[in-house]
Amino acid sequence: MTSAIEIKGLYKSFGDLEVLKGIDFRVAMGEVVCVIGPSGSGKSTLLRCVNRLEEATSGTILIEGEDITDPDTDTDAVRRKIGIVFQRFNLFNHMSVLDNVTIAQRKVLGRSKEEAERIGLENLEKVGVGEKVDVFPRRLSGGQQQRVAIARALSMEPDMMLFDEATSALDPELVGEVLSVMRTLAEEGMTMLVVTHEIGFAKGVADRVVFMDEGVVVEDGPPSKVLVDPDHERTRTFLRMVLEGE
Amino acid sequence: MLTWWRGLSNRRRVRFWRGVSYVVFVVLVGAFLIAVDWPRVIDTMFRPEVVAEQFPDILLIAAKNTIWYTILGFTGGLILGLVLALMRLSQSAPFRWASATYIDVVRGIPLLVWILLIGLGLPIALGVRVPTTYGAGALALSLVMAAYMAETIRAGIEAVDRGQMEAARSLGMSHSKAMVWIILPQAFRLMIPPLTNEFILLLKDTSLVSAIGVTVTTKELTRWGRDGVINSANATPLVVAGLVYLALTIPMTRIVARVEKKAAKSK
Repeated sequence: MTSAIEIKGLYKSFGDLEVLKGIDFRVAMGEVVCVIGPSGSGKSTLLRCVNRLEEATSGTILIEGEDITDPDTDTDAVRRKIGIVFQRFNLFNHMSVLDNVTIAQRKVLGRSKEEAERIGLENLEKVGVGEKVDVFPRRLSGGQQQRVAIARALSMEPDMMLFDEATSALDPELVGEVLSVMRTLAEEGMTMLVVTHEIGFAKGVADRVVFMDEGVVVEDGPPSKVLVDPDHERTRTFLRMVLEGE
Repeated sequence: MLTWWRGLSNRRRVRFWRGVSYVVFVVLVGAFLIAVDWPRVIDTMFRPEVVAEQFPDILLIAAKNTIWYTILGFTGGLILGLVLALMRLSQSAPFRWASATYIDVVRGIPLLVWILLIGLGLPIALGVRVPTTYGAGALALSLVMAAYMAETIRAGIEAVDRGQMEAARSLGMSHSKAMVWIILPQAFRLMIPPLTNEFILLLKDTSLVSAIGVTVTTKELTRWGRDGVINSANATPLVVAGLVYLALTIPMTRIVARVEKKAAKSK
């Protein structure tokens, strides 16, 4: 069976700074993989390479078996299969919530206004902001904005979802509502690649946890192994520091 | 005297100088009011019957033409400026280079020179006249405004958060779709105050069109005033023209201030 995401020998440099130094790993269909690691370890860059927001310096990234680092690949078509949720929400500030979740459906997928609104509304209700359709993003709390952003990505009916520290910009009391939406998605069988600092979420939801440090994958395994009894000292030190903070 | 000055506190020194400056101001204004031959000034610059003669044609012809030049120059400048700005931000180097060159060359030469070149030089060089009533003037204004507006528009586009483009592209939108639906609507909102300012500057700059040949029906305010001065041997028409400019620009300046306040608030 083809993997949803398969990364082989991925290197990425910004000028002289080498951020990713040979990454290999895969995400199977329906799998939930959490990527943890200290800031600056390259985990966000890795995620951004997966939908070509960053161009890989070398290596290959296969999305459902298609090599997206090939220059002939239709990037827009690949991105349609991949939903992404950003740390800073990035909702379209000049549009109502409903327009936020329908614009790409209409302009990219060519859906009619009625169909786009039906699908958008379905997803807004699913993430619990169905009553906010006419509101503008700035009027919403961070947690609500992030849930709209999830609904916006889901409305494109992607095959997989990427989460780039989706809860890091939120006030602590708002983190739970976003994590619970993510948990629901995982339970429904969505393929997910989640960069996160929420060790509890990784422990409860992930099929696999990847620990990254200084641009390499240090550890890759089930949460019961990586988060409880890791092989490497670096992982242990990181977990100790994160858990102390909680 | 010196010991008296040294004995003063700082606050008193400040007060002293303020007093001196008031006295100087009153004396200068008084001297001006006395020295000027008022009946003569009024006779040559604001003669009531000449003022009356200006109306209604100064509004129906000259002010109307000034406004037309402004609107045509602004619209043309906006469209071409948008193209230049997008070229400037393009991935392709020749586009960037062409746009940068255009902007530098056009902004580096005075507007009056461009107006003369297009109004007088072009017909001589190419044997073509820019057609239609406002043609040459409006064309020169558009071409020059475009260079200034391109920079305003580029700044507006760059001021939109990078995350907006990333989010749009991540949803599968092409670069141009993302520009049209996501970036430009937000950029134009940011550009409203600077663009309104440029509109007012342009309104005043249309006076330079007076330098190229205009017919009776295409005179704008400055040409109207100038010709009036020549015909009546009296400065009144130019003064009235100035007042009409004021009547147009002051309300607009007020509107800009309000728009800017509103924009600052919504941030």
